[in-house]
Amino acid sequence: MANIKNDSTAESMGLHSEALKGRTQQRFFDSEAAENFYYFGAHDVDFNKRTNVDALNLTCRELNEKINTLMSEGYGTIVVKNPAGKHSLGVGILNKLNLIFEGSLGYFGVGSIDGPVVRINGRVGWSCAENMLAGKVVIEKNAGSCFGAAIRGGDLICKGSVGARTGIDMKGGTIIIGGDAGAFTGFMMQRGRIIILGDAGANLGDSMYDGTMFVGGNVKSFGSDAVEAELTANDIAWLKRKLKVAEIGSDFDLTKMTKIVSGKKLWNYDALEPHERKGAI
Amino acid sequence: MCGIAGLIHKNKTVNIGKELQDMLQALKHRGPDSTGFALYGEGHDNDFLMRFKVGENVGEGSSAINEGAEIYDLRKAQVDKYLIELGATVIKEEQITPYSFKYILKYDKDLMEFSKKIESVEMVEILSIGKSLELVKDLGDAGVVSNQYGLHKIKGTHGIGHTRMATESGVDIRSAHPFWGYPFSDVSVVHNGQLTNYWNNRRALERKGMRFMSECDSELIAVYLAEKMRKGISLEEGMNASLTELDGVFTYLVATIDSLGMAKDTMAAKPMVLYESDDLIALGSEEIAIRTLLPQEIDTYDPYEGEVKVWQI
Repeated sequence: MANIKNDSTAESMGLHSEALKGRTQQRFFDSEAAENFYYFGAHDVDFNKRTNVDALNLTCRELNEKINTLMSEGYGTIVVKNPAGKHSLGVGILNKLNLIFEGSLGYFGVGSIDGPVVRINGRVGWSCAENMLAGKVVIEKNAGSCFGAAIRGGDLICKGSVGARTGIDMKGGTIIIGGDAGAFTGFMMQRGRIIILGDAGANLGDSMYDGTMFVGGNVKSFGSDAVEAELTANDIAWLKRKLKVAEIGSDFDLTKMTKIVSGKKLWNYDALEPHERKGAI
Repeated sequence: MCGIAGLIHKNKTVNIGKELQDMLQALKHRGPDSTGFALYGEGHDNDFLMRFKVGENVGEGSSAINEGAEIYDLRKAQVDKYLIELGATVIKEEQITPYSFKYILKYDKDLMEFSKKIESVEMVEILSIGKSLELVKDLGDAGVVSNQYGLHKIKGTHGIGHTRMATESGVDIRSAHPFWGYPFSDVSVVHNGQLTNYWNNRRALERKGMRFMSECDSELIAVYLAEKMRKGISLEEGMNASLTELDGVFTYLVATIDSLGMAKDTMAAKPMVLYESDDLIALGSEEIAIRTLLPQEIDTYDPYEGEVKVWQI
């Protein structure tokens, strides 16, 4: 079990643990700029205005267009029935919305979203919520590989188990997994956090640049440059808050979590001597 | 990208050809070049069922050479002559296309010698031989192939299939999946992925007397497992060994007369969705394949990296 250290800094939780240098594209959100809150063409919706859509005989394009049309009519809560494992449903929603899928999605479900709250009462296939920017996605059952690939923000929650390469290339946000995670979880992650209440597969956090992972069960093996770090009181407080939001792990003993961060020896080659570089690999 | 699917009903015979056709049709977008079925049917009085071809489909999209139908007759006549020499008795023969045949025959000697003799006829390939297995593959999607060969009528317990997007080898029947596990009766394999140590393994297996009929890397898995079984290693042990001895990214399915197995490489780079219940196991590259059997909400999951599973009927 990791020792718990009191540390009040954000750095201890893996947030902004290094200063970005060079040609970074990082831009900070300006809360004074009202136009930042809405995309061009975004709709004003009323969460109390609710409707159902049956996806059984719709193609993914037809369903996605239907969701957009309903939002333009002010519907803020849309229930999709019979998604039947179809691919690319609910993608590209850049709007506030309560979206509920009564069933399972196939590949690339709810990708590139910014803002909606999505609940999927089934399973999702590969690459769910890829490139998600903001919002909350809750999956009641299991998820396939590449879960949350390259997400930038938001909360992505799978109450079951997830496949390989979960959080690959993620640049922000939080992924929360109630069960186990497959191999190469957190592969090349750059920011953000992953919480796994179950076991993690081989090569956890391989080549991670930054960000933090917390694992409640066993780790099969660490990937290159992934190292264990000290669990702090801030970490535990944050984990408690996040799991509450995720509606899972309320009775989980958070002091038993293993914290994993980047050793930062692999990615910053310029700062290393040749023998250090070799050692990192 | 290719699509693979498999299903096994426990203690129940169903219209297995139709079920697998529907699963593979749902995966058409993963590979439109050719489709193959390995169906484990009811058999015929413990006789051998042999599916073989004497030429290639030279239809639209094919990379095969158009040889002309008359040469097919000559090759078929040579096969018939060799069957007599081998002591095999043909009970029933059926010509499905100008180049493909189904024979029911009695034979009780070594299958390797049998296969070598039959396949010594130029361009002749035994697609499958077994007491239950009927392996059919051809150009086109699952509906086209199934209609062409009447597969929707075949009843049985289990089967595996493949929709192929040709990458490293030609668009022809020779390179299509499934592959028969020569020289074992009733063994078939389908694969999604790439094997990077194909040639090293192929040369080693050829030195041991195993035969390859194509240059498709997937054939290696069938021959590799057959060679393991020839040495007395169980199917499951052979599949576990393949995880380290075969290099590359792969998910494959293998079927025998009474079992269905799956293996996923240690990188988990190729997809597979699995549904398990007391009566039915169904697997597919995508869940939509399984949904053709079970449209209602079901619990499925992705097997993990380095996982091998085998189910019995």
